[in-house]
Amino acid sequence: MDLLAFFDIAVLDGTVRLGVPLLLACLAGLFSERAGIFDIGLEGKMLISAFLAAGVSFTTGSVWLGLIAGIMASVVLSLLHGLASITFRGNQLISGVAINFFASGITVVAAQAWFGEGGRTPSLSGAARFESIQFPGALTRIRDIAKADLPMKVYSELLSGHTIIVYLCILIVPFVWWTLYRTRFGLRLRAVGENPGAVDTAGISVYRMRYSAVIICGVLCGLAGAYLSTGLQAGFVREMTAGRGYIALAALIFAKWRPWQALGATMLFGYLQALAIRPDILERAIGIRVQTQVLDALPYVLTVIVLAGFVGKAIPPRAGGEAYVKER
Amino acid sequence: MTAPAPAIELVGISKAFGPVQANKDISIRVMPGTIHGIIGENGAGKSTLMSILYGFYKADAGEVFINGQKTEIPDSQAAIAAGIGMVFQHFKLVENFTVLENVILGVEDGFLLRPSLTKARKELKQLSEEYELHVDPDAVIEEIGVGMQQRVEILKALYRQADILILDEPTGVLTPAEADQLFRILGRLREEGKTIILITHKLREIMEITDTVSVMRRGEMTATVKTAETDPAQLAELMVGRKVLLQVDKVPAKPGDVILDVQNLNVTDAQGVHRVKNVSFNIRAGEILGIAGVAGNGQSELLEVLGGYEKGTGTITVNGQPIDLTGKYSDGQSRRKRGIAHVPEDRQREGLVMNFSAWENTAFGYHSDPRYQKNVLFMDHAAIKADTAEKMERFDVRPPNPLLAAKNFSGGNQQKIVVAREIERNPDVLLIGQPTRGVDIGAIEFIHKQIVALRDQGKAILLVSVELDEIMSLSDRIAVMFDGRIMGERLPQDTNVQELGLLMAGVQGDAA
Repeated sequence: MDLLAFFDIAVLDGTVRLGVPLLLACLAGLFSERAGIFDIGLEGKMLISAFLAAGVSFTTGSVWLGLIAGIMASVVLSLLHGLASITFRGNQLISGVAINFFASGITVVAAQAWFGEGGRTPSLSGAARFESIQFPGALTRIRDIAKADLPMKVYSELLSGHTIIVYLCILIVPFVWWTLYRTRFGLRLRAVGENPGAVDTAGISVYRMRYSAVIICGVLCGLAGAYLSTGLQAGFVREMTAGRGYIALAALIFAKWRPWQALGATMLFGYLQALAIRPDILERAIGIRVQTQVLDALPYVLTVIVLAGFVGKAIPPRAGGEAYVKER
Repeated sequence: MTAPAPAIELVGISKAFGPVQANKDISIRVMPGTIHGIIGENGAGKSTLMSILYGFYKADAGEVFINGQKTEIPDSQAAIAAGIGMVFQHFKLVENFTVLENVILGVEDGFLLRPSLTKARKELKQLSEEYELHVDPDAVIEEIGVGMQQRVEILKALYRQADILILDEPTGVLTPAEADQLFRILGRLREEGKTIILITHKLREIMEITDTVSVMRRGEMTATVKTAETDPAQLAELMVGRKVLLQVDKVPAKPGDVILDVQNLNVTDAQGVHRVKNVSFNIRAGEILGIAGVAGNGQSELLEVLGGYEKGTGTITVNGQPIDLTGKYSDGQSRRKRGIAHVPEDRQREGLVMNFSAWENTAFGYHSDPRYQKNVLFMDHAAIKADTAEKMERFDVRPPNPLLAAKNFSGGNQQKIVVAREIERNPDVLLIGQPTRGVDIGAIEFIHKQIVALRDQGKAILLVSVELDEIMSLSDRIAVMFDGRIMGERLPQDTNVQELGLLMAGVQGDAA
């Protein structure tokens, strides 16, 4: 047993890398659900963004153009979800599931038609990908890092060497918190998810608030998807989101729809994912070999525990999942 | 000398929903600084009219003048800008926001909340002193009582500089004391020159507070009169279109043997709260026992235990035979087999399945009735429908269509469906909770008659109501519940509203 192994720098570094897309997707869901629109389609939106970001980056050679394309694709799906669930008052779960199926199919078909490489994009390199940003004086070679002392290890591996999206992510949580609790927009957003009738009678358009929320959700999902294919990996492969949209939803419930808690939840789930790819470290830490599937299942198990009310009560926004109909 | 322009003038307003003409050519003038009542049965079109005034619906025809100016009101924003504030029957408050946050929602002063909150806090303090609208600005809505929630709604309107205040059935959720307080506040607002429109179906409120009153019936404005020049009987007749008995007509009870006997009943709910504490009473044949009390003092739980869907301890006997309070035979089905019929307090949640048709709802609780069975496997739908049609006929349910979903009937007719289902079973004991909540005046008269008729057939009736008038006029004996206990029993002829009010507030009358 070597409990310190839990704090292995490589695993912590992996936590950040893997936690970032979860965090972005989770905050995307937070905006949407706080406005009363349940969104099970985070997965599909990330996936389509991952594909389009990689495809456009490869074709144009600019990762920024790729990022924009990815975000736009994700926003389009968001608007589709909005159209179905806000304007036409359809069932939000069904619309979300439809989006997931659509994204899952179209990305592979389009990738095959576009690149003919079996439903994937070619590998990205150079300016077609978000490069790691190295801090001044940081060690880059694994061999050097292994020999360095602890502060240098933390500096070189954990702090340095991430893409710009990861660093932007550090700012996003306080920003979301501030928007939600300190601005007029945030007040109205939270109100529309709790009691749209109150918002409507106060003379604010429920539709406009909800559409704003789903668009923000689309942008953040797009960012998460683009990061997957152009930052975390170098290219798109089929189903590369691998359930992250659902884990983000689980994290959202785990965090009880609050931004700082969302950071904690997504980092915890990111840590479990990082640990799952390094079973050797886990074995060193607890002295028993654990199936990685157990780790993969842990986010869901933890969420069920939260939902069952063992850690306080998780109350979703009261008007969540219901279309707004003016009543007499 | 020219008279001041009316605060509100509606000219020829019409509105149809499909084939239903909700408002027909309605014209009305409300003078500033007055309280104007609009009274009518459920579905008479009062709420539709006010929704048009508040920009929720667009009128098919007609014009709105505010302070003499022709005004278009396409949405709530425009209504607010025109100085109209509305207090809805179901409050439009965000439950997990503070009072302050609810007040500023929609009228924030800028992108950041803090300056708005600071300003609203100051203004709220001023307003609450001016109009005796006492609220705690930092209280969270879900943690305060309905009386205070309503004051928040009024403050919301005043904060938006409303000069015209519309209140839709404001006293439906209030205790008598809270209602009195509300009327005091409305009086203050009138003194300050505000114009108030009070929508209600309670004649007493109209008589008590309004200056003028308009009566609506079936989408039409049948009359507008000065309150001082009319009386409840005339208003009731204008509302219903025929003479209505406001007093329940009944002969003195001839009580027989004890039918229902409850001894030392205790109920503790799922949250562990002791709801009913050592309650004992009995009801004899041909007798109505009324249970008075402010909502939430254990009456609901008492009904639920008797009705078989809450657990309790103690002894309950019907015709001398004990009934099960726990275990397999403590459900509604078993209760009905023992001759206990139950009209629950909340017809929409407990009495009916709103999406089911009237005939399906009529079969509830009596599914095993042999008349409803075709054979071992199937129920005889035709028989149930025929039976329902007969019941609807006898209870004057309108429209008398067994195929219509429960939600499509008005409140009064929904209640008649439930009452018909239970009374027509000829039970020994009838439990009836809030029999006329949200029911219009014509239907109230009818339901009261049915209850008295059942009593005269020698049945035992337990009536639970928060309406003191109803308790006073129907009951042969009155028990008052407070904090889960029966505070005392009175005979209606030997008591009055003041004494019952004290008992309801937990003041023990006997000691005084």
